[in-house]
Amino acid sequence: MIAAMMASSYNAKEEDGHHSGSSSHGGAGAVKSKKPDNTAFKQQRLPAWQPILTAGTVLPAFFVIGLIFIPIGIGLYVTSNNIKEFEVDYTGVDINSPCYSCAKNFSWNSTQSCVCSVNFTLEQPFESNVFMYYGLSNFYQNHRRYVKSRDDSQLNGDLSALMNPSKECEPYRTNDGLPIAPCGAIANSLFNDTLDLYYVDSNSTKTPIPLAKKGIAWWTDKHVKFRNPSGNTNLTVTFQGTTKPVNWRKPVYELDPSEADNNGFINEDFIVWMRTAALPTFRKLYRIIQKKSGTTPTLPSGRYILDITYNYPVLSFDGRKRMILSTISWMGGKNPFLGIAYITVGSICFFLGVVLLIIHHKYDTRNNSADIPN
Amino acid sequence: MHRHDDISWIDAKISYNTCEGRGLLCLHHLFKNHFLGGDERRVDSRTIYVGHRPCPASEPFIPPKFCDNRIVSSKYTVWNFLPKNLFEQFRRIANFYFLIIFLVQVIVDTPTSPVTSGLPLFFVITVTAIKQGYEDWLRHKADNEVNKYPVTVLEDGRRIRKESEKIKVGDVVQVEEDETFPCDLILLQSSRDDDTCFVTTASLDGESNHKTHYTVPDTEKDLESLNATIECEQPQPDLYKFVGRMHIYKNNQEPAVRSLGPENLLLKGATLKNTQKICGVAVYTGMETKMALNYQGKSQKRSVVEKSINAFLLVYLCILVSKALVCTTLKYVWQSKPGQDEPWYNEKTQREKDTNLYLKMFTDFLSFMVLFNFIIPVSMYVTVEMQKFLGSFFITWDKDFFDPEIKEGALVNTSDLNEELGQVEYVFTDKTGTLTQNNMEFIECCIDGFQYKYRDASSELDGFCVTDGPVSKLQQKAGREKEELFLRALCLCHTVQVKESTEQGQDQVDGLTDQLDGLGVDGELSQPQEQQRGFIASSPDEIALVKGAMRYGFTFLGLESKTMKILNRNNDVEKYELLHVLNFDPVRRRMSVIVRSTSGDTLLFCKGADSSIFPRVRQEEVERIRMHVERNATEGYRTLCVAYKHLSAVEYAQADAGLREARLALQDREEKLMAVYNQVETGMSLIGATAVEDRLQEEAAETMEALQGAGIKVWVLTGDKMETAKSTCYACRLFQRNTELLELTVRTLEDGGRRREERLHELLLEYHKKAVQDAPPVKAGVTRSWSSANQDYGFIVDGATLSMVLNSSSDSNSSRYKNLFLQICQNCTAVLCCRMAPLQKAQIVKMVKNSKGNPITLSIGDGANDVSMILEAHVGIGIKGKEGRQAVRNSDYAIPKLKHLKKLLLAHGHLYYVRIAHLVQYFFYKNLCFILPQFLYQFFCGYSQQPLYDAAYLTMYNICFTSMPILAYSLLEQHICIEVLLDNATLYREIAKNAMLRWGPFLYWTILGVFHGLLFFFGVRYLFSNPALQDNGQVFGNWSYGTIVFTVLVFTVTLKLALDTRHWTWINHFVIWGSLAFYVFFSFFWGGIIWPFLRQQRLYFVFANMLSSVSAWLVIILLILLSLLPEILLVVFRKPRGPHSRQVQFVMIKFVLI
Repeated sequence: MIAAMMASSYNAKEEDGHHSGSSSHGGAGAVKSKKPDNTAFKQQRLPAWQPILTAGTVLPAFFVIGLIFIPIGIGLYVTSNNIKEFEVDYTGVDINSPCYSCAKNFSWNSTQSCVCSVNFTLEQPFESNVFMYYGLSNFYQNHRRYVKSRDDSQLNGDLSALMNPSKECEPYRTNDGLPIAPCGAIANSLFNDTLDLYYVDSNSTKTPIPLAKKGIAWWTDKHVKFRNPSGNTNLTVTFQGTTKPVNWRKPVYELDPSEADNNGFINEDFIVWMRTAALPTFRKLYRIIQKKSGTTPTLPSGRYILDITYNYPVLSFDGRKRMILSTISWMGGKNPFLGIAYITVGSICFFLGVVLLIIHHKYDTRNNSADIPN
Repeated sequence: MHRHDDISWIDAKISYNTCEGRGLLCLHHLFKNHFLGGDERRVDSRTIYVGHRPCPASEPFIPPKFCDNRIVSSKYTVWNFLPKNLFEQFRRIANFYFLIIFLVQVIVDTPTSPVTSGLPLFFVITVTAIKQGYEDWLRHKADNEVNKYPVTVLEDGRRIRKESEKIKVGDVVQVEEDETFPCDLILLQSSRDDDTCFVTTASLDGESNHKTHYTVPDTEKDLESLNATIECEQPQPDLYKFVGRMHIYKNNQEPAVRSLGPENLLLKGATLKNTQKICGVAVYTGMETKMALNYQGKSQKRSVVEKSINAFLLVYLCILVSKALVCTTLKYVWQSKPGQDEPWYNEKTQREKDTNLYLKMFTDFLSFMVLFNFIIPVSMYVTVEMQKFLGSFFITWDKDFFDPEIKEGALVNTSDLNEELGQVEYVFTDKTGTLTQNNMEFIECCIDGFQYKYRDASSELDGFCVTDGPVSKLQQKAGREKEELFLRALCLCHTVQVKESTEQGQDQVDGLTDQLDGLGVDGELSQPQEQQRGFIASSPDEIALVKGAMRYGFTFLGLESKTMKILNRNNDVEKYELLHVLNFDPVRRRMSVIVRSTSGDTLLFCKGADSSIFPRVRQEEVERIRMHVERNATEGYRTLCVAYKHLSAVEYAQADAGLREARLALQDREEKLMAVYNQVETGMSLIGATAVEDRLQEEAAETMEALQGAGIKVWVLTGDKMETAKSTCYACRLFQRNTELLELTVRTLEDGGRRREERLHELLLEYHKKAVQDAPPVKAGVTRSWSSANQDYGFIVDGATLSMVLNSSSDSNSSRYKNLFLQICQNCTAVLCCRMAPLQKAQIVKMVKNSKGNPITLSIGDGANDVSMILEAHVGIGIKGKEGRQAVRNSDYAIPKLKHLKKLLLAHGHLYYVRIAHLVQYFFYKNLCFILPQFLYQFFCGYSQQPLYDAAYLTMYNICFTSMPILAYSLLEQHICIEVLLDNATLYREIAKNAMLRWGPFLYWTILGVFHGLLFFFGVRYLFSNPALQDNGQVFGNWSYGTIVFTVLVFTVTLKLALDTRHWTWINHFVIWGSLAFYVFFSFFWGGIIWPFLRQQRLYFVFANMLSSVSAWLVIILLILLSLLPEILLVVFRKPRGPHSRQVQFVMIKFVLI
C-alpha cells in the first residue's frame, strides 16, 4: 500500500544499505529487525595472513636473489659470447662495394636480375647448426598501415577471401580488376633477394654450401595459420582468376620451383616475411645450414663467397640489407643484454643486501629493547 | 521543521524586511505588493467544494481543476526509458568522454577497433540502465499498488468503490481502521463519540505514537446534506503546517466559518488507528499531497575522494593530450624526411592521398587520443562504484552496530560517502537524544522554594521526603495547599495521552491494565493496577513529569471529551474541563493549559523554561526558586518552572475570544496566536520547579574522548540551556577540570553594563588573544593527552550571541567577527553552542564547512531539529532514537547509538578511506604503466599509431586481468586491524586531510608508473635487438614483443598490489593468483584457435611460442623483479621509522601473539 510505496521510493538509496533490500521491497516499511549474521566474512574477521616486511625478512631475499642472478647472468653472458655471429652488409651504398652497381641500376621493370658477389672470411669455424638471416634496417614493418595490410582469411585458404580480399589490403587489393593473391602491402613487399653461399677452399674452388629451407617458419604458422585454398592440389588451377602482387616476378604458386609443397601460401620464406617485425631494424631467418656429421665444423674458417641476386631495393628509403650467419644457443641468438642485465641486477641486490645488513645491524643495536621478535 | 517555509505565505513579510534601508527603489515594490495583495491571495489558496456540491452563496460553481490522485514516483515509461535513460547517463562527464572516444573510433580510421572502448562502455551503460530500470520497475509496481488500491467514496448518498487514483479533490472518502489515507483529507466525521480519531504517522515521520485529530467542529452528522466549501493554502511540504477555513452553508443562514489547522488534516500515508471509520474530504491529491511533496530526492553529496579523482583525471587528461600532441608533431616531422612517409613497400590508399593535410593531422591527433585513451579507464568508475556499493554492506553487516533494544543495526542511505567517514575533522553533535539518552527521569522538584527529592525507600504517608539539601536549612515543607497545587499543575499542564487498549476503543477508563513498556512505578502507589499505566506524549519530559506527579500521589487518568481526570492523594477523582491548550513551541519555550475545575474556577497552568517563565511571574517569588533551578541545571538536569494564574470570568472571556479569533485567522495565524498567548500568560505566580535527569548515552564519554584523540573537534549544538549543556559536556569529558572556559553568552555580554556590541567586540578580541595568539603553534600529531602542558580552552556561545556575531549590523564587522569567532573556535578543544534554533545549527555547520581549508564536517543527531544540520554537513548521521525517524531518513548513515560513532569513524571510516585512496592511486598507476609502453612504441613504428598490444589485451586488461585483485583489496584490506584502530584513536590522524590522495602520493604513484612503463618497454626493446629468441633460430615479431611487455605488465601490476596487501584472506589469495592464472589461461586460449570472426589472427600461438623461449622467461622474471625492487626497498625503509608505526607494529605483534 502506501507504506510499500514509501519503501520503494527509497529503494534507490536504501538498496545500498540493505543486503536484504531486494527481498524486502514489497515488505513495506516493516522494521528491519534482522540481526546481522555473525559470519567471519560479514564481520571482516576472515582469517588472514598479515605479512610484515621488515629488513629481517627481506635481507635473505636480497642475498638469495643476488646469489641466483649473478651466476645466471654470468652463464648468459658466456653463452652469448660463445655464439658466433658474422654479419655482412651488402646494400651497396659505398662505391667500392660489390653490389653498388646493382643497387644503383635497380629498376622495377628490368627482367634481367642483377647478381653480385661478396667475399668474406670467417676467422673462426662455426660449429653445430648455423642459421642464415637477412637483416633489414630502417624498414618499418611495424608501421600500422603496413601491419594491417593483409588478409588472414585469404592466407588461411578461404576461397571467398581469395577472390574477394579484405578492404584492409588496399591499395594492394586488386590489380587490373583481378584480386591479388596474396593481397596487401606485406605480401607485396616480400623479400626476394636470393642468397647463395660458397666456401672457397685453398684451391680457390667454390663449393656450394647446402642451405635448408625447411624449419625457418613457426610450425603452427606453416601447418595451421597458412593454408592453400583447396589443399595443395594443382595450385595453378586454384589460383586461377587471381593475379600476383604487383612487385612480384612470379605468382605465389611458383615461389619455390624446387619443391612442390613449398608453394602457394605455405611457402616458408613467405610465412617468415608475413610475421611482421617489432622494430625497424630486424632480421629474419633465411636458411639453415645443417650440422655435418662427424667433427668437421659446419662452416670451417676460411674464405666464402656470397652470391646475391639483387632484387630488393632499399636505398629509396635509406635502408640497409645484411646477411647474418649465426650459431644459436638455448637462449637464442647472440645478445649480451640479458647476461649484463642479470649480472647488474644480481649485483645490485647483493649490494643492497649488504647495505641493509649494515643498517639493520646498526639499527638493531640502537633499539634492542623495542625490537620485534622475528 | 522550519525547513519548508511556505514562501508564498511569508512573501509580504520578506519583502518588507528586505526593503529596510534601501530607500525609494523599494517603495515601488511595496506598493505593488500591497495593491496586488488580494490578487495574490486568491492564487495562494484553493477552494474546494465538499462533495462537488455547488454552494449557494459563492460565485457560480466552476469545478476547479486539480491534479488527480495518481502517485508517480517512477521516472520512466516503457517508451521513453531508452532515450531518457541514455540521455541521463551520458550527461555524466566520464560517460560522455567515453562515448566521444567511441564515436571517434567508429568514424575515424583508428588503430584500435571501436570494440575495445565500445564494449566496456556498453557494459557500464547496460548495467546502469538495468539497475535503474529495475528500480523504476519497482517504483511502478509500488505506484500501481497505491494507485489501484480500492477506496470507498461517498457520492450522492451511495458508497462507491473506486480505485485510489480516481479520487478527485472534493470527494468525500471513507476510511476504515488500519487503512492508510489515500490522500490528504479534512476530517469531517469520525465514528468515535468525541469527534476525534487517532492516526499514526509511522511511515511519514517514524513517530509511532498515536496522534489525535479532530473533526471540523459543528459539522452536520449527515454528510449528504453538508454544503460547504473549504478554502485552504496551496500544497506545501511542511507536514506540521496547514491553514484553512471552512464555510458551511445552511439553508438561508449566514455561512458559518470554521478554522482548519493541522489537527483537522489527515495526511496521505498515515494510518487510521483506534477508530472504526472516518469520513473526510479530499483537499490535496496525488503529487500535491504533503507526503509526495516531501519525498523529493535530497541533494547529492560528493566526497573529497571524488574531487581528488576529478583532479587526477584532469592531470591524466593533460598527459593524454600532450602525448597525442607530441606524437602528432613528431609524426609530421618524421614524415618530412624523404622516403619515410610513403616508401615503395607501404603505399597509401587513394583516399588517404586525397585527404587534406590539416584534416589528416587532426584525425591523426584523434587517433593518438584513441590509442592512449586507456589511460583514463571506464572501469575505474565501475570499480569505484562497486567498491562503494559493496563496501557499504560491511557497515550494515557489522554486528557491533546492532542494538538489541530496537533490534536494528546500522543503516546506510548513501554509499557515496564511505571514505568521508575517515576524513572527519569536525563533529557536530546534538545533545538531547544523542549525547544523552532522552530517557527522562524525574529527580526532584522544588515547591515554593523547598526542595523535594524523591526517595524509593520512603514510606511516609504523603510520599514526600524532604532532604536537607544545601539550600533548605530546615526540614521544612511548603504548605500542603501549595504542594497539591503544584502537583495538580503537573498533572494538568501537558499534552500526554493515556495509552489505551487497541481493541476496545470505548472503555477508556478501564484501559489501565495495558501491558506497556515498563513505565510502571514502584510499589508506592495505593492502587496496584495503575502500575501498568502507559503514557504517550510528544516529548519524554512530559511523561517524566506526569509520572513524577504520580509518585507523589497525583495520577493523571486521561482526557475524555475535553475532561481531564486526575486521581488525587485521597483516591478521589477530580475532573477538570480542558478549555484551551496553549501549545508548546521552541520560541516561547513554554506551554499552558486553561482548565475549569468542578467548582467553577478557571485556572491557567503554565510550565516552561526558566528564562521564559521568570519574566512573567511576580518577581518576589523568583529568587527563592532561581537558586534551585540554577543548581539543578549545573548538575545536568533539565529544569522547568511551573506557574499558575487564576482567571476571572472576564479575563477568561477575553482570552477565549482572543484565542478563537486568532485560530480562525487565515493570514498570519501563528503571529496572532502568539500575541494572544503572550497576553494571557502574564502576571502568573510561580509555584515551583522540576528537575528531570537526562541520562548520558552509553559510552558517551569514551566515544567523545576517542574522537578528540583522533584529532576530531567536537562541537555540541543544542537547544538546551547553557548550564544543562555545560554539565553534559563535563559529564562527557568534552570539558575537563583544567579546561578554561571562554563564555560568549548573553550573560557575559550584559556584564559591565555597556552596549552589547561593544562588549562583544571586546570579548572576541580578548578570547582571540588568549586562545589564538598566545597559544603555542600546534604541532601536527600531538595529542591532547600528550601535551598536557598546553592550556585547553572550551568555548561556549549561545544562540542569541551567535546571531549577533553572524548578523552584525555593519557588514565589515560581521565578517571580522565571524573570522575572530571561527579562529577562537578552531583553537578550542571543544565548543558548546547552546540555545540553538535548528537553522542556527545548520548555519554553524555551514560556517565551519566553508572556512579555510574546507574541513570535513559530520553532524549527528536524532531529532527533527537536527535535520537541517544533518543535511548541511558533509556527512550526516542519524541516531535511531526516540524522537522519530526524520533524522534517520535525512541522514547518510544511521546508527542506533552514539557509541557506534567511534567504530564507524575510527575503524570503518579509516579503512574505507585507505581502501579507496589506494584503489584510486593504483588505478591511475596501472593504466599509466599500461599505456606508456604503447606511447614509447610510437617512436619505433614511425608514429603510425600501431598499438603495441593486441586488441583483446587492450580490452581485457582493465576488465578482467587486473580488476578483481584491486576490487578485493579495496573491500577487504585492513592495513591495521580493527581492534588496533579502535584502541589507538591517534591513528586516525595519519590519514587526516586527505593524506593519501594529495599531490605527494599522487606524484609518487605517477613516478612509479612511469618507471615501470619505461622499464617494461626498454627491457624488451633491448632483448629484441636480436629477435632470434628461440633455440631453433626462429624470430619473434611485433605481437610477441607486445605480449612479452603485456605479460610483464600484468604480473608486475598484480604483484605490486600483492606487496601492498597487508591482510591476506583466502579471497585475496584466490583473486590475485586466480587473475594471473586466468591471464595465462586466456592467452593460451586466445592464441590457440583460429577465430573465425577475427580479421587478423595476430596472436595465433604467440603466447605459446613466447613461453618456449628461455630468453623471454628470463626477461619477464628480470623485469618483474626489477620493477618491484624499489617497492620492496621502500617498504623495508619506511617501516621502522617513527615511534608511531613502531608502536602500532608492537601492538599488532601482540595481537598476533594473542
